[in-house]
Amino acid sequence: MDPILKVEHLHKNFEDFKALEDVNLSVQKGEVVVIVGPSGCGKSTFLRCLNGLEEIDDGKVILDDKVINPGNANITKERQKIGMVFQSYDLFPHKTILQNVILAPLKVQKRDKEDASKEALELLERVGLSNKKDQYPRQLSGGQKQRVAIVRALIMHPEILLFDEVTAALDPEMVREVLEVVLSLAKEGRTMVIVTHEMAFAKAVADRIIFMDGGRIIEEGKPEEFFEKPKTERAMRFLESFEY
Amino acid sequence: MDAGAISQYFPLYVEAFFLTIKIGWMGIALSLLIGVVGAFVLHFKVPVLSVIINVYVELFRNTPLLVQLFFIYFGLPKVGLVISADKCGVIGLGLLGGSYMVEAIRSGLSAVPVSQTESALSLGFTKRQIFTNVILPQAVISGIPAVIANVIFLLKETSVFSAISLMDLMFTAKDLIGLYYDTTECLLLLVLFYIVMLLPVSALGSFIEKKIRFGSYGD
Amino acid sequence: MSSFITSMGFDVLFKGTNMIRLLQGLLVALKISLISVVLSIVLGIIIGMLMSLKKPVINVISRIYLEIVRIMPQMVLLFIVYFGATKALGLNVSATAASLIVFTFWGSAEMADLVRGSLISIPVIQYESSYALGMTKLQTYLYVIIPQTVRRLLPLAINLITRMIKTTSLVMMIGIVEVLKVGQQIIEANRKTSPNAAFGIFATIFLLYFLACWPISLLSRYLEKKAA
Repeated sequence: MDPILKVEHLHKNFEDFKALEDVNLSVQKGEVVVIVGPSGCGKSTFLRCLNGLEEIDDGKVILDDKVINPGNANITKERQKIGMVFQSYDLFPHKTILQNVILAPLKVQKRDKEDASKEALELLERVGLSNKKDQYPRQLSGGQKQRVAIVRALIMHPEILLFDEVTAALDPEMVREVLEVVLSLAKEGRTMVIVTHEMAFAKAVADRIIFMDGGRIIEEGKPEEFFEKPKTERAMRFLESFEY
Repeated sequence: MDAGAISQYFPLYVEAFFLTIKIGWMGIALSLLIGVVGAFVLHFKVPVLSVIINVYVELFRNTPLLVQLFFIYFGLPKVGLVISADKCGVIGLGLLGGSYMVEAIRSGLSAVPVSQTESALSLGFTKRQIFTNVILPQAVISGIPAVIANVIFLLKETSVFSAISLMDLMFTAKDLIGLYYDTTECLLLLVLFYIVMLLPVSALGSFIEKKIRFGSYGD
Repeated sequence: MSSFITSMGFDVLFKGTNMIRLLQGLLVALKISLISVVLSIVLGIIIGMLMSLKKPVINVISRIYLEIVRIMPQMVLLFIVYFGATKALGLNVSATAASLIVFTFWGSAEMADLVRGSLISIPVIQYESSYALGMTKLQTYLYVIIPQTVRRLLPLAINLITRMIKTTSLVMMIGIVEVLKVGQQIIEANRKTSPNAAFGIFATIFLLYFLACWPISLLSRYLEKKAA
């Protein structure tokens, strides 16, 4: 089967700093790929390259046989197929929860308001937040905001979802409620690329683990293999750093 | 205190009050227009125009309104630009205020975090849609306190209009004091009319500022 | 070129001591603002510290004081002190004294508000962690609170200086012979020989004020960036 997302020989520099070097990746439909690695290894930058938030210096990002990075004039249209959830949620503070969710369907997809609101409420119900629909983001906890951000991405019916350290800014007791939502999406068969520091979660949700360090992919494999017996020295040391 | 004098002068003050308000608010409207245009130019880093706006802002923020008015009213006619006192008041206040409004509105725009733009981009919004739906509404809210502070400042600055013979409140007070020596009554009326002009705006400003600081969006 | 200078009325500047007189006029304005600034900073710091104590009586008084300054144009205050005091209290206040009183009254309020703002912007945890380290109240203020307050305050206080300088242009309205007044006198004296003097003189004064205020603005902005 053809992969839905293909990354070929991706290079990304920030001035003299080589953030990403020759990164290659294919993601199949329905696959959950989890990227782990030490801080500053380039995993978040990689995710941002996937939907064109960062212009890449060499290589290609291909979604559905279309090159979307570098330079795609229709990047705005292509981005609708890629949902992304950020560490800092970034809900729109001047809009209510419901307005946050339906803003893009109304403005970007020109959908009917009634139809979009109906779907928004169903999705909010699913993450247990339909009762918050008329509140503003600042009235919600971090975990609740992050669940809304996921719903805001889902309503666009993306073909692939990117999660960039979505629990990194959360208090520990809120991490679980967000990860459960992500896990349920995985079980549904959604295609996802996840960057995370939660190793137990990575193990539970991933079909495949990618380990990055110094802007390169060092190792990849099935989660049980990677976590039980990593092949490289660097991965071993990385995993040890999570133990006391 | 002479009640007779007060009732005699009162209509003159009312007339001056309306003239002051009219020119003051026209100047403020002009300053907002300049502020919005200037802030956009700076925010989008429009070449050449950005430099012009920056020079203009520095020039007018660092000089007194009185000097600006003298230059426009007495200086410019010598090079063929004759401007009536009314227009001069509006233009002077507008130019001075514009230089402050550019700053206020620009800082409102830059107060919106980059991550807001990025999350909107990832939802498929175009740059233009992001500006109107995401950035502008937030910029307006965070820029309002500074804009209101500028409005109060500009309304106060109208008091120098008398220097170019505009028959504003200050001019009326000075004129009457010179003519009749009812200093106390004339000053009392002057203070009274400035309170009427500025207290509501000041109260509104405090109210909005509190609302934005503690409540921000929602309640 | 020389005909341009003449037709624009800049030639007057080079006649006799005109340019020096203008500069002397500017000096009068700058002197008044300098004295007012120094007084305002000293008084403002004291009042601002009193205000941050949150005592009800002080609160009410300072609210009224700040509101008066917030809504009354300095020009009105100048008139009240200069003309009103003479009439109501029988005092003979000189124009210079009146301007010093008004600008200090106004500047102290602005400064006090800045001091109060900077003081309350220091998070409580800064006090608490200093006490936890065993510092006394005095040590806490001396080594922790005041240095942080000053860093926030300095750019704003310096900015107040430029506003003070600009505001002193008003003193001509109560008869002090400062740069604008000198300018008018020069224009008047040269009415026949240089009919366009108004342009050159007022353009020069415009520039002089700019040159006096701009460097201070730049300094304030530089310090603000450094403090952030």
